[in-house]
Amino acid sequence: MSLKKKAAVVGAYEHPTRFAPDKSMFQIMAESIRGALDDAGLTIKDVDGLCTTGIGMSAMGIVGFCDYMNMTPNFVDSTSIGGSSFVAHTAHAAAAITAGLCEVCVVVYGSTAASSRFAIGTGGGGIGGGGDPCDQYEVPFGPTTVGSYAMIAQRHMHDYGTTPEQLAEIAVTTRLHASMNPAAKYRDPITVEDVLASRIVSSPLHLLDCCMISDGGGALVIASADRARNMKKKPVYILGTGETVRHVADGHRDFLEVAAAQSGRLAFDRAGVAHKDIDLAMIYDSFTITVLVTLENLGFCKRGEGGAFVSGGRLRFDGDFPINTDGGGLSSNHPGMRGIFLVIEATKQLRGEGGPRQVKDCNIALVHGTGGTLGTRHSGATLILANN
Amino acid sequence: MAEQQTKKYLKPLPHIDEEMRPWWEALQRHELYIQKCRQCGETRYYPRAQCTQCLSPKTEWVRCSGRGKIYTFTVTHQNQAAGFRESLPYVLAYVELDEGVKLLTNIVECRSEEVKIGMPVEVIYEDATPAVTLAKFRPAR
Repeated sequence: MSLKKKAAVVGAYEHPTRFAPDKSMFQIMAESIRGALDDAGLTIKDVDGLCTTGIGMSAMGIVGFCDYMNMTPNFVDSTSIGGSSFVAHTAHAAAAITAGLCEVCVVVYGSTAASSRFAIGTGGGGIGGGGDPCDQYEVPFGPTTVGSYAMIAQRHMHDYGTTPEQLAEIAVTTRLHASMNPAAKYRDPITVEDVLASRIVSSPLHLLDCCMISDGGGALVIASADRARNMKKKPVYILGTGETVRHVADGHRDFLEVAAAQSGRLAFDRAGVAHKDIDLAMIYDSFTITVLVTLENLGFCKRGEGGAFVSGGRLRFDGDFPINTDGGGLSSNHPGMRGIFLVIEATKQLRGEGGPRQVKDCNIALVHGTGGTLGTRHSGATLILANN
Repeated sequence: MAEQQTKKYLKPLPHIDEEMRPWWEALQRHELYIQKCRQCGETRYYPRAQCTQCLSPKTEWVRCSGRGKIYTFTVTHQNQAAGFRESLPYVLAYVELDEGVKLLTNIVECRSEEVKIGMPVEVIYEDATPAVTLAKFRPAR
């Protein structure tokens, strides 16, 4: 059974907050659900499926959130694989709807990572918090989230001559997009020189190679393709999905092969589209290097050619290969996890709601979320979406 | 040893689980091991009770030479964790052992500017606490 075009995103909402010391995590989530249901023209009574997870949440947080919302859904999924979780949730919602487990599923995220002062990138405890059996071999050496990605960048530079300037160009383009997004946290344009002049957090990554920590949240409403045709907004169909993980592999890992290689291949095969068909790519940008190796592993360029591929303005909203038109985690928002914003922005662009940053003739979009730590353990989830 | 017990070790310590306590005990004797499956021959690090390829629990312990090369690294300039925030910058690295597996470690006894991918390194044993010894690496001599 194929999921192709069986379900669609019918509502999407990004919470405008970037700093909300006056709100709880659940409040941001509830407000996001209200926004997404308004966008869809549905009410909370229509919702019978719920997917969520979060960095501020307990392992059973989804049950607590159902309590807060007084919801009793027929389908729940709190797959927790890092920032990519919400990309995977969107796929799981489509599968659940197609299998008849629920009819209208909400995917939601909210976090007060900034106002609660989480040191996500440089906390040193490892993404698993140091409590999983595998963490004992890492935590004593001071791994950080930034450091894990930095080691991928170091190896890529060594093997292929990728330069700090090429990585910086990703941050510069993303900031340009943020300058066209009124809700983005950092909107003043930056240059390659600005990125290279920012302090090194973990070599070779500079501060401006790293995403921010903000507050924020968002929600999506997923329904069957049949139901989607009679909604308020133009449906955004789910064509193909893929997800997997990569890790140290018994100590035998090829570190420049990341989860996107497998999840991307699955999503392309299932969607039945080719790379040249993609009009917009929303690529999780925890760090500039994340974007570069993800593009290589998704097959948009060959391994080792990512540096050249991201150069020359190609990634701009009006370039040959637009990515991250909302300003990404580098410049718009990153409340600990940002997979949901990738799907929200792709939905807006496919509907033609991109405003000044609208990608021309945007009909098919690819979304790829990376969760966890690229150089140790991470997940990848890919979606291919289309507006017809 | 008495001096170490009075000097508080601030960095995060491993939550050593019973499954792999013998491996940690070997480090206390300043011996580094990886594992090899007796059924299919696959080598593995980090250590665990059964082979990931054939699920066999029959395991041979292979004593490592302690030599390898730096596979990749990062000079860490920011880490809020206790112990590390006092010792910035430090080098986090994957070392590929001569026995063919990569492990996460620190490169020590050398200036961070001198660290390069491919650099030959050798193990040193840091007795962090009376209960925990860590395998770190320095440039090969």
